[in-house]
Amino acid sequence: MVAAPADMASPVPVTARAQRFVRWLPAAVAVLVVALYVVFKNTAVLPHDDDASLFHWVNDARDWVDENRNTSPFFLFFVNYVRLGVAELFTLFQTALTALGWPGLVGVAAGLGWLAGGWRIAAVSVAAFAGIGVLGLWDASVDTLALTLSAVLLSLVIGIPIGVLAGRSPSVRRIVSPVLDVMQIMPTFSYLSPVVLLFLIGPASATIATMIYAIPPAIRITALAIERVSPTVVEASESLGATRWQTMRKVRLPMALNTITLGVNQTIAAALSMVPLVALIAAPGLGVDLIRALARVNVGAALVPGIGIVLIAIVLDRITRSAAVSRVRSRIVSWSGFAVLVVAGVALTPVLAPEFPEQWEIQIVRPINDVVNWIEGNWYGFTGFLNDTVAYGLLNPLQDVLTTAPWWLITLAVLAFAWRISGLRAGLIAAGCLVAIAALSLWEHSMETLTIVVVAAVITILAGALLGIGAARSRWFAAVLRPVLDAAQTMPSFSYLLPAVALFGNGRFTAIIASFIYAVPVVARLVEDGLRAVPGTVLEAARSAGSTDRQLLWKVQLPMARSSLLLAANQGIVMTLAMVVIGALVGAGALGYDVVAGISQQEDYGKGLVAGVALVLLGIMLDRITQGASGRLNPEKKRIA
Amino acid sequence: MGTAAIEVRGLWKIFGPKADRIIGSPDAELDSAALRAKTGCTAAVRDVSFEVRPGEVFVVMGLSGSGKSTLVRCLTRLIEPTGGDIAIGGEDVRGMSAAQLRELRRHRVSMVFQHFGLLPHRRVLDNVAYGLEIQGVAKAVRHEKARAILSLVGLEGHEDSYPDQLSGGMQQRVGLARALAVDPEVLLFDEPFSALDPLIRRDMQAEVVRLHREVGKTMVFITHDLSEALKLGERIAIMRNGSIVQVGTPEELVGAPADDYVADFVRDVPKSHVLSLRWISRQPDTDEPLDGPELPADTVIHDAIPAAMASARPIRVVADGELVGVVDRVDLLGAVRLGEAGGDPEHAALAGSTAEEA
Ligand SMILES: Nc1ncnc2c1ncn2[C@@H]1O[C@H](COP(=O)(O)OP(=O)(O)OP(=O)(O)O)[C@@H](O)[C@H]1O
Ligand SMILES: [Mg+2]
Repeated sequence: MVAAPADMASPVPVTARAQRFVRWLPAAVAVLVVALYVVFKNTAVLPHDDDASLFHWVNDARDWVDENRNTSPFFLFFVNYVRLGVAELFTLFQTALTALGWPGLVGVAAGLGWLAGGWRIAAVSVAAFAGIGVLGLWDASVDTLALTLSAVLLSLVIGIPIGVLAGRSPSVRRIVSPVLDVMQIMPTFSYLSPVVLLFLIGPASATIATMIYAIPPAIRITALAIERVSPTVVEASESLGATRWQTMRKVRLPMALNTITLGVNQTIAAALSMVPLVALIAAPGLGVDLIRALARVNVGAALVPGIGIVLIAIVLDRITRSAAVSRVRSRIVSWSGFAVLVVAGVALTPVLAPEFPEQWEIQIVRPINDVVNWIEGNWYGFTGFLNDTVAYGLLNPLQDVLTTAPWWLITLAVLAFAWRISGLRAGLIAAGCLVAIAALSLWEHSMETLTIVVVAAVITILAGALLGIGAARSRWFAAVLRPVLDAAQTMPSFSYLLPAVALFGNGRFTAIIASFIYAVPVVARLVEDGLRAVPGTVLEAARSAGSTDRQLLWKVQLPMARSSLLLAANQGIVMTLAMVVIGALVGAGALGYDVVAGISQQEDYGKGLVAGVALVLLGIMLDRITQGASGRLNPEKKRIA
Repeated sequence: MGTAAIEVRGLWKIFGPKADRIIGSPDAELDSAALRAKTGCTAAVRDVSFEVRPGEVFVVMGLSGSGKSTLVRCLTRLIEPTGGDIAIGGEDVRGMSAAQLRELRRHRVSMVFQHFGLLPHRRVLDNVAYGLEIQGVAKAVRHEKARAILSLVGLEGHEDSYPDQLSGGMQQRVGLARALAVDPEVLLFDEPFSALDPLIRRDMQAEVVRLHREVGKTMVFITHDLSEALKLGERIAIMRNGSIVQVGTPEELVGAPADDYVADFVRDVPKSHVLSLRWISRQPDTDEPLDGPELPADTVIHDAIPAAMASARPIRVVADGELVGVVDRVDLLGAVRLGEAGGDPEHAALAGSTAEEA
């Protein structure tokens, strides 16, 4: 997709013959791969085997852990305490939030909203929480809120100090940064099984899984904020004889505070997007009904808790976001307003009863399902056609190729492809990941997942690039697109599954549509930003030389935005993978399904855990392929669900 | 000299790996580019020595990259020197422990920065009180002190503003107040006014002159602006590539530049405003009358013009009650004309020869 001239591959001057060679090399390699495929088709394939010895071995290990959970010192003195502590924290939040009752909780939310951003945010909080109550989601929402807050609290308590250390010390950063990189490309499903192994199922392990997912933005953004504190101010503080701790407490932390608050915002967003997934490991809350309804393709029943999560997300997002930009100056007014709202809410609790009144609830499941049924009935011609076209025209042929080609050929092809785009090192790592997947006895399922990811990523990247180019070239188009993309980006990731299920029912295509909706905004945004970053003077020079708009795009803007385009591709692919995996919940099968099955069925545990590892390897492979020659493209890259 | 406020001997600062091995080795003689090419190190300050007298305004001047900021930061070890000795008020700074160094910075030396370095999340009052706060001074006391200092720098009524609500000049007054609030013996200024526009810069320079008169602190003032240096400096050190090429009064620099670099620097200065009669006085001719008006030798040429206009006779230039020479209208006119023409090659030569005669 990147319009890089072929001769960019060779920075050193070479003879014309060598240049021609370099230009034709990729084509030659492609022809060679095709030829090898034709010759070796159906040899060295690795068909799926549910009884692979590795899976049994993992099962045995699980059994050993289960037997020794209460005797081994590692569990007795460490893991079990962690589990108890985290469970205690969750219970604490749960009890406190329940005790507040709905009027009290609405009051607290309104107070926090008022404190952070004035009456507007307070009103948004009240409206959203009232909406939750009216939808009949109050109790489940309290559980979800308690779990989210526990996980966010833990993430911040652990993440901010690590972030501060990483921001101050390059050697800590060198250790932390690659770990975070891997955590970010790791599909969420992959660590559910290990967490369950250590902490069993329940709120504790759900909190821990959520925390693992939510902690990277806390660390990363804190480190960035601390690193970026103006050195002059730090120097001024030191020149007055401040100790390191004084400078940290009075200069660095306060100056980094707004950015760190944005980190909190990101952490919360990440935690909320885990809600449906942790329901798989027996977390109470909104996710439970959502997952159950998804499994039964009951869009209405899934949408309602989905709306609940989105409402919670909106409240927490608005509060933290405005806390990050506001500079509260008149403290007295703010705090007294806060106190009034909280006290009013809490005082109303005994009056209005802590449970949300049932007579205020409304049922919207049926009307939604009526609409969905109508769509299914009337649009089937269109949706069915799309579904079948993609399935028979793209997915099946590609899956055929990937599963009938010898594994070594695919590995070599990936090596060559990654080498060409991102250099030899990246190519070797990507190929290494594939070899490891082969060794994990999950080759066929991995290729199935890869098939969906490739198709979804190609569609997503093409569409995102078109939207991005459109937005970069037309102010009008950008003005329309921006708010839509912004809104899309604040939604928890799974919420994209719902419209996809409504339109296309269960299946691989639904996962593709969901990842498309999920990743397109980010791709479009990155492409647009990259194109806009091309300096105006360069464009002016090109125009004054008589370039047409088209020439400008292909010969100036796209080549100059190469690294942004690669980054967009990278993000698009990694996000697509994340969504395709979650797509297992709506019947996309393959590795994601292995993980889900492993959690719910004892005898499939081994396969599930190994599938999680395979997902990580797949993620690393896809990331490396598109990483670009310059290594890590963007340290601030958006957290991937 | 034990009475110096600041005494610097053989100070080096080399940035880069294994910097301490370079001092004393033949590499130390290399020029910057060669040193960087050979060792990857940058010598920002090379073998600098000078003294600052108590109560003096000592200006360090040089082009961008000549090592001024590094030098001034080495004085309180905000940048750790690579070699050499520093004494402030007779105490060896390089030998200080971290705690002693903090004490030095808290009570005796404070600094004003080019980009102000104010804390954006604190009110002006709390910015000024910051130095006292980290010393552990009680809130009421430090606020009272900060208010007094704010009125000294002309910022009454802005105590509760935030830095971003003030203009650049006012922000730097806050920076100045913050440095003054701890009542230090020495104030260090690193190009404090170069981020300000010219009119405000002139105000602030006047402010520093006034403060110096009122509080009489020792000041080390970094600038790359010659007119600022001449206006403020009792003595000026000119830096080039990390070394000091000349230290002297404004008059010495303008009248007797040590080399072409310094001469180039001072070439556009109107000489008649800086040089004194001492620099142009000559032995009286045998038949010259010696009953003209008498002026001290350190009278600036420009200020001698009225006297010369008032009398047809040559001016008698005296120092310590003794006649050191005479100056007539022609001499004065020549000096003024040369000064204004500035920059012609003859002129540098003439300045050089005058210096030799003196
Ligand atoms: N931390 C550092 N690491 C490496 N080199 C440095 C560092 N700080 C300064 N230098 C180098 O030391 C030399 C002197 O820098 P310095 O900032 O002292 O110059 P300056 O005279 O203050 O210039 P300016 O007028 O631009 O402020 C420069 O060549 C600079 O590149
Ligand atoms: Mg400087």
